[in-house]
Amino acid sequence: MQHLPIYLDYSATTPVDPRVVDKMIPFLREQFGNPASRSHAYGWAAEEAVEEARGHVAALVGCDAKEIVWTSGATESINLAVKGAATFYKEKGKHLVTVVTEHKATLDTMRELERQGFEVTYLPVKPDGLIDMSRLEAALRPDTTVVSIMYVNNEIGVIQDIPAIGELCRSRGIVFHVDAAQATGKVDIDLSKLKVDLMSFSAHKTYGPKGVGALFVRRKPRIRLEAQMHGGGHERGFRSGTLPTHQLVGMGEAFRLAKAEMATENERIRMLRDRLLRGLMQIEEVYVNGDMDHRVPHNLNVSFNFVEGESLIMAVKELAVSSGSACTSASLEPSYVLRALGRSDELAHSSIRFSVGRFTTEAEVDFAVDLLQRKVGKLRELSPLWEMHKEGVDLNSVQWAAH
Amino acid sequence: MAYSDKVIDHYENPRNVGSFDKADPMVGTGMVGAPACGDVMKLQIKVDEAGVITDARFKTYGCGSAIASSSLVTEWVKGKSLDEAMSIRNTAIAEELALPPVKIHCSILAEDAIKAAVEDYRKKHDAESSPAQPQAPAAETVQRAA
Repeated sequence: MQHLPIYLDYSATTPVDPRVVDKMIPFLREQFGNPASRSHAYGWAAEEAVEEARGHVAALVGCDAKEIVWTSGATESINLAVKGAATFYKEKGKHLVTVVTEHKATLDTMRELERQGFEVTYLPVKPDGLIDMSRLEAALRPDTTVVSIMYVNNEIGVIQDIPAIGELCRSRGIVFHVDAAQATGKVDIDLSKLKVDLMSFSAHKTYGPKGVGALFVRRKPRIRLEAQMHGGGHERGFRSGTLPTHQLVGMGEAFRLAKAEMATENERIRMLRDRLLRGLMQIEEVYVNGDMDHRVPHNLNVSFNFVEGESLIMAVKELAVSSGSACTSASLEPSYVLRALGRSDELAHSSIRFSVGRFTTEAEVDFAVDLLQRKVGKLRELSPLWEMHKEGVDLNSVQWAAH
Repeated sequence: MAYSDKVIDHYENPRNVGSFDKADPMVGTGMVGAPACGDVMKLQIKVDEAGVITDARFKTYGCGSAIASSSLVTEWVKGKSLDEAMSIRNTAIAEELALPPVKIHCSILAEDAIKAAVEDYRKKHDAESSPAQPQAPAAETVQRAA
């Protein structure tokens, strides 16, 4: 029946849509020109394709094509936005604000800026994963120059209130950057209304190719950045480097398809996700991580209490899913995102992220539910914590020796 | 991450899963690790009059390597004297299962579980002179050497 393992990890990356691949191929074969070549037809054709793709990206998010800067991906976009704005506006202040549950691309960029003498406030989140607006407001200072917050969390899929945060930042004259890598095609983004100054995008989370992304840089009011990549002055000096035409064409086509299909696609995906949730909730001691109402339709992050995440992933090798527990790293630290929600260590170590997408079928979801019901039962038979739970022992009352 | 065939074998067909009665005087129970660290092992040994381990059971919350390490030691301790069981080293467990460096802690935990089970058994028998004292429930006494 299905192709095994069944792919339920669309938040990690998506397959490139075959229609996107078809659009890209000619730009690897006959249309190989450099879009910066102004002196012949190869260059003109490439430039035209790049500008058409730029238009598709802009159209999905409601901005002007001139406000889109191509990059190699969301990580580079975030680096350019946060470092570029923080350093450009450093005479005005050196205080930056972000959130503890951000992606490492933002957190590590902030750490680097701290090393360079900036001061960063890392906002906590509520147990549902959302930001407390009053805490954000309290964190803003006269010397705050940049606030960076993700639209959709990569682990738990919760959607932050970007419109409200935008209003707050604009009223204080603070540059607001949004990491929207996980949001495109899932959330309606209208930059003509949002008070967002900078927004980072990735192609490969939205059925485009890896290695390409974009940064929205607002023109009205104009946002200035210090370039992080110097060279031939491509992308109006924001980001030098020869444009990879086939990649940009792929991202453009992927975003065009997202705009055309997202309304119907998201309803189908939500139906599949809810079917998965209903099936998993039939298992005892299963907890959803993160708010269910302010959440993208394709994400489900659940903790199977008393079962360790990595062993569960090993037990369901017919499924391609991802664990919130980072037991594979030497640190043995469970997910910092789940810890930030205040989840207990057991629950944080027991979490699995399921993300469904364009090519997921109902039969695949049913297969996953059946497999998980059986394997969770099997691993609980092996679990001393489950045994203690069944005996009525409160695990919090046990004096564990940390190691 | 890629697991060795032996880890996969023990993980998919774990040996000696289960529990003995903790209160049985012939049983020693060791529980090591912590949920916060992502692994907890419970190892139980049954010891005969001659001081030889005749049977063993385990339950483990943890990754595949932790489950495999504890399954393996239930096989290894059977037929051994308490002192022989105490001499099982984590390096032998790690070598047998071909554990990668990030999983060495699983073998250390298994070694600690054997020690904790033997110590629990010995404590019960040291206390034999005052049998009126009820034993503390072993499952709630978590030991860890490292």
